[in-house]
Amino acid sequence: MGTAPASRDVTSYGMGLAAPLALFFLLFFVAPLLQLFWLSLHNDTAGLHWGLGQYLHFLTDPFSLSVLGSTLLLGAEVTAVCLVLGFPIAWLYQRVGPKLQTVIILIVLLPLLTSVVVRTFAWIVILGRQGIINATLQSLGIIDTPLKLLYTQFGVVIALAQVQMPLMTLPLITALGRIDPNLDDASCSLGAGSWRTFFRVVLPLSLPGVIAGCTLTYAAAITAFITQSLVGGGQMLFMPMYLYQQASTLQNWPFASAISIIFLLAVLAVVSVFTTLGRLSRGYGGA
Amino acid sequence: MAGRKRTLEAFSFELVMTLIAIIALILIIAPSLVVLIVSFTSGFSLKFPPPGYSLRWYAELWDAWQLHFAAKNSLIVALWATGLSVALGVAAALAISRSQALSARLLDSLFMSPLVLPALAFGLAALMLFSLVGLPVSPLTLVIGHTVVCVPYVVRNTVAALAQLEPTLLESSAVLGASRLYTFRRIVLPLIRPGIIAGAFIAFMSSFDNVPVSLFLRDAATDMLPIRMWQDLEGKLDVTIAALSGVLIIATVALVAVMERVTGLSRRLTN
Repeated sequence: MGTAPASRDVTSYGMGLAAPLALFFLLFFVAPLLQLFWLSLHNDTAGLHWGLGQYLHFLTDPFSLSVLGSTLLLGAEVTAVCLVLGFPIAWLYQRVGPKLQTVIILIVLLPLLTSVVVRTFAWIVILGRQGIINATLQSLGIIDTPLKLLYTQFGVVIALAQVQMPLMTLPLITALGRIDPNLDDASCSLGAGSWRTFFRVVLPLSLPGVIAGCTLTYAAAITAFITQSLVGGGQMLFMPMYLYQQASTLQNWPFASAISIIFLLAVLAVVSVFTTLGRLSRGYGGA
Repeated sequence: MAGRKRTLEAFSFELVMTLIAIIALILIIAPSLVVLIVSFTSGFSLKFPPPGYSLRWYAELWDAWQLHFAAKNSLIVALWATGLSVALGVAAALAISRSQALSARLLDSLFMSPLVLPALAFGLAALMLFSLVGLPVSPLTLVIGHTVVCVPYVVRNTVAALAQLEPTLLESSAVLGASRLYTFRRIVLPLIRPGIIAGAFIAFMSSFDNVPVSLFLRDAATDMLPIRMWQDLEGKLDVTIAALSGVLIIATVALVAVMERVTGLSRRLTN
């Protein structure tokens, strides 16, 4: 009779153990964000005059809006490329033996742990005027003058897709591993072809993984400051660099705060849309 | 007839999927290989393929005291941030892992939120708060900022390791008369240790590589390695950076290999 409370006692630990980290977060994470929000609601740098001036400035300024728009678009493009390239990797992973599985997972994992500056630097070498792509195309006689690949939207999307690919692939591998392989066989034996089985059975069942991967990839791609600035160069401006310029170079903290809040809200909106989709898909996929 | 159509159809599917997968895997691995090859160039540019091979840029790296200084700073901050993350994160993970209470779920979301929120916005916010309370930027503020963005990795991996733990083990230990502390030391800790190590490893790597938080929270005297590299790359394309990248890539491969042995890192990130 006394075992129920006693067993609960030994298998769980008191919430008090979370107190130090909770306090740490309150002081150094929640408080700074509140302070950021507070300053964004002021029209002057000293924080004396309340007002929505910073937000109005952002939302009525075509330049600011175009920076926000191009950042959100960039995230969508990178996520799409990662999904199209990452899904087949996860699919292949389920098809091969344990040895090759380890090889695939390590190939996917390595970039995740390699320095972002190093990975981005690699793309400068590849996409540059003397880079591999231009050198190859020129030696094959396909082009005469080097193509401009660095400092273009294409360059930024490809580099970011490579940098963020692990974030898409790992959840997909997890999700595909949870699908009962018998469903695949059942679908095929009932007359559906491989393509149809893939789009009607495998893809819907892996939706929780797709959504988890898209969330992580999208959030990482739009905040990837280093890759955006080095591969994009000076002409392309995205939200993180815009924020940094306003805060650091121009010392306009209230406006930088408003940019941060708008950027935070944009990220949160995207994450919650994906989370809602994930909840719906879980009912559908049962995973 | 139908059978042949079926196999052709299945073949086309497998061919397309395998081809895309192989292209994607090459895309993932190629940049690192390119940097490794270029770092051994004998020339002065980042031309690929290099005109000849030599170790000259690695020798150059040996004398690059600015990079040494920055690397040392990054290493020290990463070690402190990782230590703090483990101390705070493991305790928090123990508290929230088996609890279904609303407070535990809310804390879990709070502790994970630095992973999705833009780190640059957090860096600016932390700088503003520190300057408001009169705490000047220093290695201390760097460690605090890094801990906030690195602790989620420790919490997540420790929670995952605790979820795999059989509650009956703890009950048996208690029934046999072990105290809670003794059970923790002799049963729980050995079983979740690989999870903690994996989390600490990822936290360390992400601190060592952090730019957005460091940009705001470092003082002028504390040069950090990724920022130094980034600024060097913005200015000129220096082959010394290629050699440094080579060192970092090889170090990462070696560390991942060790971690794979010790903690089964790859399984941990895909289950």
